[in-house]
Amino acid sequence: MNAPLKIHRFSRRALLKGGALTVGFALAGLRNDASAQGAAAVSRVLDNKEVDAFLAVNGDGTVSVYCGKVDLGQGLRIAIPQIAAEELGIGIDKIKYVDGDTALTPDQGRTSGSNGIQRGGMQIRQAAATARKALIDLAAQRLNVNPDTLIASGGEVRPKAGGAGIRFASLIGGRRFDLKLDPKAPLKDPASYTIVGKPLRRPDVASKCTGTAIYVHDFTVPGMQHARVIRPPAIGASLISVDENSVKNFPNVKVVRIKDFLAVVGEDEWTTERAARTLRAQWSDWSGLPAQDRLAGTMRADPGNTEQSLVTKGTPVSPQPQTAKTLSASYFWPMQSHGSIGPSCAVADVRADAATIWTASQGMHDNQVTYARFLGLPKDKVRLIYLEGSGCFGMNGHEDAAADAAILSRAVGRPVRVQWSRADEHGWDPKGPPQLLDITGTVGADGQILDWRTDMWIPQTTKGLLNIPLLGPQAAGLDNIVGLNTGLISQNGDPPYAADHMQVVVHWLKEAPLRPAPLRSPGKPANCFAVESFTDELAAAAGIDPIEFRLRGLKNPRGIELIKRVATMMKWQTRPSPGADTNAAVARGRGMSYVHYKHSETFVAMGMEVAVERASGKIKVERVACAHDCGQIINPDGVRAQVEGSILQTLSRVLLEEVKFDRSRVLSLDWSSYPIMRFSEVPKLDIDLVDRPNEPPLGAGEAACAAVGAALANAVHDATGTRLRTVPFTPERVKAELNGKPS
Amino acid sequence: MPKYKLRINGSMRVVDALNADKPLLYVLRGLGLTAAKFGCGLGQCGACTVLVDGTAVQSCQTTVAHAQGKAITTLEGLGSAAKPHPVQAAFIDEQVPQCGYCTSGMIMSAAGLLSQKRKPSESEVRSALDVNLCRCGSHVRAVRAVMAASGQRG
Repeated sequence: MNAPLKIHRFSRRALLKGGALTVGFALAGLRNDASAQGAAAVSRVLDNKEVDAFLAVNGDGTVSVYCGKVDLGQGLRIAIPQIAAEELGIGIDKIKYVDGDTALTPDQGRTSGSNGIQRGGMQIRQAAATARKALIDLAAQRLNVNPDTLIASGGEVRPKAGGAGIRFASLIGGRRFDLKLDPKAPLKDPASYTIVGKPLRRPDVASKCTGTAIYVHDFTVPGMQHARVIRPPAIGASLISVDENSVKNFPNVKVVRIKDFLAVVGEDEWTTERAARTLRAQWSDWSGLPAQDRLAGTMRADPGNTEQSLVTKGTPVSPQPQTAKTLSASYFWPMQSHGSIGPSCAVADVRADAATIWTASQGMHDNQVTYARFLGLPKDKVRLIYLEGSGCFGMNGHEDAAADAAILSRAVGRPVRVQWSRADEHGWDPKGPPQLLDITGTVGADGQILDWRTDMWIPQTTKGLLNIPLLGPQAAGLDNIVGLNTGLISQNGDPPYAADHMQVVVHWLKEAPLRPAPLRSPGKPANCFAVESFTDELAAAAGIDPIEFRLRGLKNPRGIELIKRVATMMKWQTRPSPGADTNAAVARGRGMSYVHYKHSETFVAMGMEVAVERASGKIKVERVACAHDCGQIINPDGVRAQVEGSILQTLSRVLLEEVKFDRSRVLSLDWSSYPIMRFSEVPKLDIDLVDRPNEPPLGAGEAACAAVGAALANAVHDATGTRLRTVPFTPERVKAELNGKPS
Repeated sequence: MPKYKLRINGSMRVVDALNADKPLLYVLRGLGLTAAKFGCGLGQCGACTVLVDGTAVQSCQTTVAHAQGKAITTLEGLGSAAKPHPVQAAFIDEQVPQCGYCTSGMIMSAAGLLSQKRKPSESEVRSALDVNLCRCGSHVRAVRAVMAASGQRG
């Protein structure tokens, strides 16, 4: 099953040329290895409407595939080559894969929104289909036969009836296609697939398990200096004075101050770090943050908020039947950190006329625009090269660290590596924003939803922002982005079930307490937590089994199938919630939730079994069952890994995670004040993947996140009769709720 | 500058360090042994785990002075792609890492456990790995890999 796919990186020498469009390939796993042999030289086309931007048939019979989306460990390095090899008709061992370099790969947009395959992969599939048609046409001309009699397979075009074929390389090797992506180029019949749909192994895994993978944290260039940036003790504080004498005993370190931007740069990393800790600086006071214990109230009362109706469907039933029940509930999701295990890091080499930045960011091409702006360089003179980092799951500190490195490299005239500390990452990574939802609903005795209204209070997203406001440029007084970027956090505020009348209203807040940024599955874990919890509340009010209630209101057959699969996996017993023994010292229960992501993408049904210890308030999640339909599956093991990760990461967020702050600063600066899930807390996972080869492939990296909160809250309600509506479900909060004293 | 003699992956290395408190992690990474990762510098996340005289320790909390004269093993020294340690082979087989930043630490913790107990229970594996944080959610595969590496394939 192991495909000997090679990942191609470029020699360090070529990287350092910065912006050069003709480079030598180097064959070295993830490692940038200057001694690796050059294999081919290609002059790159970067226009993403051109086949040549994505594919090149090389003279040696290999095919280079260029992808603007990056692999963060989610497996694009195998999935994209699977798509390209399949559609082109060549063995996957002949694919050379290049990703995430603004000088080499086309702009396919940020690697976000779980759209690496759904959008990025489909562009490459269309490029490959266009190329395959062109190769067949070329062969037909050469053989003087009808193209319909030919087939592309095994890296050659040959007669369907059998006989000798012509290798791709001899048809076009080393030359350009000069063709636009043809949206009508015929795609292969999925029934004929031999590569797509197979659990091929990821080419980066062995190097990650043996220590040869080079992360951005490990990357060095000759002449590089180490730097630490010193952030202020209060978020909006300005720098009054710096005592450079306080670090005069540290050899070969230099203090860099640009307005409020303060850093120590030095030759040796440990010495630089110690100097940064020792440096004395005086900062102004600042206390502009809202009070954390009143945050929900502050959000609801914000006079600056703008109302927008997102959904209005049907008309209210009037008069409502006497048996109808109306409920209201309020749900809150706190600010959370991306929680990257490795604090952000970047290397930059900024010269007078050009810059090269090595970064683990998800937004290579977007960042190119941002960094060019504050560096005052033309966009095409700023080259971003992706190197893998610690999983960021949105915009953690990667964007900021790269900006820090660029500012410092320019200041000292040397390549600079910036490494953030643990406190930097926890304190300064932009946060998943807080979300407040009020829901009112009316349910009939038969389980029909008569009326539903969701009101959500969330920070607005400034239209057209390619990035987030960056800390370094802000402090240094450089050109910076202005606005808020949260991702698409208002989706899935309405349930996927039939209702006579439904409304979703969003109250956009002008400000967010801490700088926001997209965090995995932006907004949807909170929205689906509220919507699917409230659905359960309506089911309980009507005295109907939660699965039965959902199936009555659901039309989509793919959704219905998933819910039934979860019922089977859970050996679900049909009965209303809560269960019979809610006062047990250890109360056990089961719950479920269902999500049709963005109402247009992946389908997820999830069940959970929990044990709640009344005395301590501790929730033990014992089992998660998940049925998942993301359409056509490119690599089932890749999808499975993403679903596992989505479930565990979101369980951590729901059970444990909340950024703590006072009026001046973030207080949760390490893993004891901002804990995440550890091995002992990990439940048993059962995942059932539904493959639909004839449907378009959809994202698998986020959708399951959205189903976690409600499945857990519903299970806790089933076990204890108590409803948890505020995340995280810490033992203290659960205990207070169980005792009827909500915090 | 004071010099320290360390036995790293079987080779004697002499390193300079400005002070005796320099963390072993910085020494290793400075030598180009970058598998051990900086995660917190606080001993809370396990990303920097290496073996010192066969015991898994967090190298950000181990000083160069303390490590002097001891046998230090990093992920690079545990095995290679061509000749992987059983835990490495099992991690590859189970396709454990996603981003992989925590993987080196996990493998070293597991190798430390298996050198002390050949057939640990699943609960003992989880306890041994509790020091290792993972954000991607590779836990289930990691436990499966360690069980498989100890000849207890489920």
